[in-house]
Amino acid sequence: MAVQLPAEFIVNVDNERCRKCKRCIVSCGFSALEFRNKVTPIHRRCVACQRCAAFCPEDAITITENQMAYKYNYSWTPEIRKNILKQAASGGVLLGGMGNPKPYPIYWDHMLIDACQVTNPSIDPLREPMELRTYLGAKPDTLEFSGEYGNVKLETELAPQLKLDIPVVFAAMSYGAISLNAHKALAMAAKRMGTMMNTGEGGLHESLVSYKDNIIVQVASGRFGVTGEYLNNSAAVEIKIGQGAKPGIGGHLPGVKVGGDVSKTRMIPAGTDALSPAPHHDIYSIEDLSQLIFALKEATGYSKPVSVKIAAVHNIAAIASGVVRAGADIVTIDGFRGGTGAAPVVIRDHVGIPVELALAAVDDRLRQEGIRNRASLLIGGSIRQSADVVKAIALGADAVIIGTAALIAMGCRLCQKCYTGNCSWGIATQRPELVNRLDPHAGADMLSFLLNGWSNEIKEVLGSLGINAVESLRGSRERLRGIGLDEQALKILGIKHAGIGQ
Amino acid sequence: MKCDGIPSGCAISGMISETGRRVDGRAVMKSIACMHDRSNGLGGGFAAYGIYPERKDQYAFHMMYDDFEAKEATEEFFKEAFNVDKDEPIPVHRENGIHNPPVLWRYFLEVPENKLRFISERDYVMKTVMELNSSSERAFVASSGKNMGAFKGVGYPEDIGKFYKLEDYRAYIWTSHGRFPTNTPGWWGGAHPFTLLDWSVVHNGEISSYGINRRYLEMFGYRLELRTDTEAIAYLFDLLMRRHRIPLEQAVMALASPFWKNIDRMEPEQRKIATAIRQVYGSALLNGPFSILIGHSRGIIGLNDRIKLRPMTAARKDDMLYMASEESAIRTIAPDPDKVWSPKAGTPIIGILDDGVE
Repeated sequence: MAVQLPAEFIVNVDNERCRKCKRCIVSCGFSALEFRNKVTPIHRRCVACQRCAAFCPEDAITITENQMAYKYNYSWTPEIRKNILKQAASGGVLLGGMGNPKPYPIYWDHMLIDACQVTNPSIDPLREPMELRTYLGAKPDTLEFSGEYGNVKLETELAPQLKLDIPVVFAAMSYGAISLNAHKALAMAAKRMGTMMNTGEGGLHESLVSYKDNIIVQVASGRFGVTGEYLNNSAAVEIKIGQGAKPGIGGHLPGVKVGGDVSKTRMIPAGTDALSPAPHHDIYSIEDLSQLIFALKEATGYSKPVSVKIAAVHNIAAIASGVVRAGADIVTIDGFRGGTGAAPVVIRDHVGIPVELALAAVDDRLRQEGIRNRASLLIGGSIRQSADVVKAIALGADAVIIGTAALIAMGCRLCQKCYTGNCSWGIATQRPELVNRLDPHAGADMLSFLLNGWSNEIKEVLGSLGINAVESLRGSRERLRGIGLDEQALKILGIKHAGIGQ
Repeated sequence: MKCDGIPSGCAISGMISETGRRVDGRAVMKSIACMHDRSNGLGGGFAAYGIYPERKDQYAFHMMYDDFEAKEATEEFFKEAFNVDKDEPIPVHRENGIHNPPVLWRYFLEVPENKLRFISERDYVMKTVMELNSSSERAFVASSGKNMGAFKGVGYPEDIGKFYKLEDYRAYIWTSHGRFPTNTPGWWGGAHPFTLLDWSVVHNGEISSYGINRRYLEMFGYRLELRTDTEAIAYLFDLLMRRHRIPLEQAVMALASPFWKNIDRMEPEQRKIATAIRQVYGSALLNGPFSILIGHSRGIIGLNDRIKLRPMTAARKDDMLYMASEESAIRTIAPDPDKVWSPKAGTPIIGILDDGVE
């Protein structure tokens, strides 16, 4: 017996206003609108991506939730019943796109930032220099000098460093999961703003090689597109062990998204599913990871920092410490709200921990062990605004990664249907007619504007904190206070409750 | 002489005779008193170098105790940790509006050979100071260097100076401080200078980067227990210059770094050094308003924050180098200096004892 799923959304077309231009019908990547003498919605196909509503010249379309599709029940929520119905029909694993949408605590929103009054004057960022420059990479404990006063020479050779003009890096999103135009926009914006984009695990399209000084290339368990040339067309190399949205499991890019160019870039036959195994098949222990780290350093002549990306899980502090000792120059920690093109919903919504707690635990642990300087911490998986960046850095991060925020800047409406490949906004799709909707130059502008806005906001906050360099914020938890947090959370975050002075 | 101070903030004043001439405490007291209105009676203090020439190879511990019970307990600890060559009360006279002073005692200590199997002598003494200051609420190490001492308490600096009878001490380096505490409580241990081994710091200002400076120092075994940011400055000098052997110029560059826009314009070798210092020692950057005087066994360093949010004037007269929050505080003791100048932000003024000076 076929299972009948009620429509999630109702598409309301105001026929008084509609002038039947059919633009909405073309706009919809999910074929949820048809023309039968007038625009006729097929409600069940609608994912509320808002493309039709956004592009309707008459503002004649609104989309509402189908509230009464499931009669109210506190325990058996519409989502749970919908999932049961879907599985009863298919017997499969439920897939979801984007990050964990569940109402778990968001610790960013329970932290408040300090400001100066009277004795330590605040600084006006419009009048005084305000420095955000950040270098990612391993730092020695100390520097050695030779020579006499006035003619001192530096004897220590530093490990390679990644220079960022703003401590915000675009998170790994693969070509395949997102479109080439989206990749181009990210690369252009990274170059313009003095930061980095990350290829994700899908290789680097040949048209982006000229942006290599602003690109982190990823080596994931599928090793798609990994060649010696690929590794060297980069500013840094990242080994992806885990991802916040799906810790402990691999990836699956459906064959339908593997067209000619994606197939070429990934070095797999067109139309085949791109399967990334759950573990790297050459990494089953920490010493294996260490070998891969040094293999990549050898392959790149020790000229680039190597990052290891891990998902925030319960024992993250010990894991991160091991990763640093294994030789990683950067540890990237992705929290359980991190986005994805596709993940089993059961994993996305229930596995991992918030990155705020993971970051605090890792920074503490590395300091206790005296190895905090040996690797930089990049964190992500819920960075939504400049305030989150400030709080993350105060907790101990060197810089943050943003994926979802970058996609939203380019038009994403968080419909969470990335895995279908039908993205109406031209982002998470390979359908040429949809990809063409995203102008890479316009996308780069929007991303640059976003970073520019955040940069100005971070400078405002630094000024109000009375400091003029971001390194004076980094790890300075004294400038944060908790609000509405219990003792345990405050202890883990290493901050005092609001109302407590020095 | 008339003193034309401008009332505002904390006050610092210091001087060095680079030829090693020892002068008594009256001059520095007169200088700091000139800036009376910059402090509020909640803290004053002095550091003096060269005051114990007959015991210059022993660690002179100046201790503050809440009561004699704490003194006894600490002395037990000293007996275990050191050879105590001599101990005596620090001479004071109880006038000048100084209320409820703690028990003030000094010890001349040597480190027994058998304690140094796994640790250098100075690291051992540093660890002892950390242990004392963090283990007891009622005993406090005011200073722990050789041939130097800190004299501090709650009161106006000129009253504290008279209380400690500083006219009876002769030193080639003096620093002093008048406190106007705002963000941390006024208590005897919290007065300036803050010291560790030979380092002493007097500080006008506030370190807005204290949170990270503290966590950074904790990675290297320092324990910051004094509820004030100035302590961090003393420990940073100890870490960078003594333990990491960073040359003075470069250490100062870490604490008051040049801006990137200036670094980018430096000559290649200088740029490499400055960039590496900021990359490696970013957590040691002192951010926020400060003018500080750092005393050490061989000299004195004056330093302003990187955008000079606190005042500092320097002057030279013969073998003397003076530094103070206000020019008036220098002219009141050296009315006719050879040279007077206002140092630039982040640029240190350095006074060094001549090589021959013991």
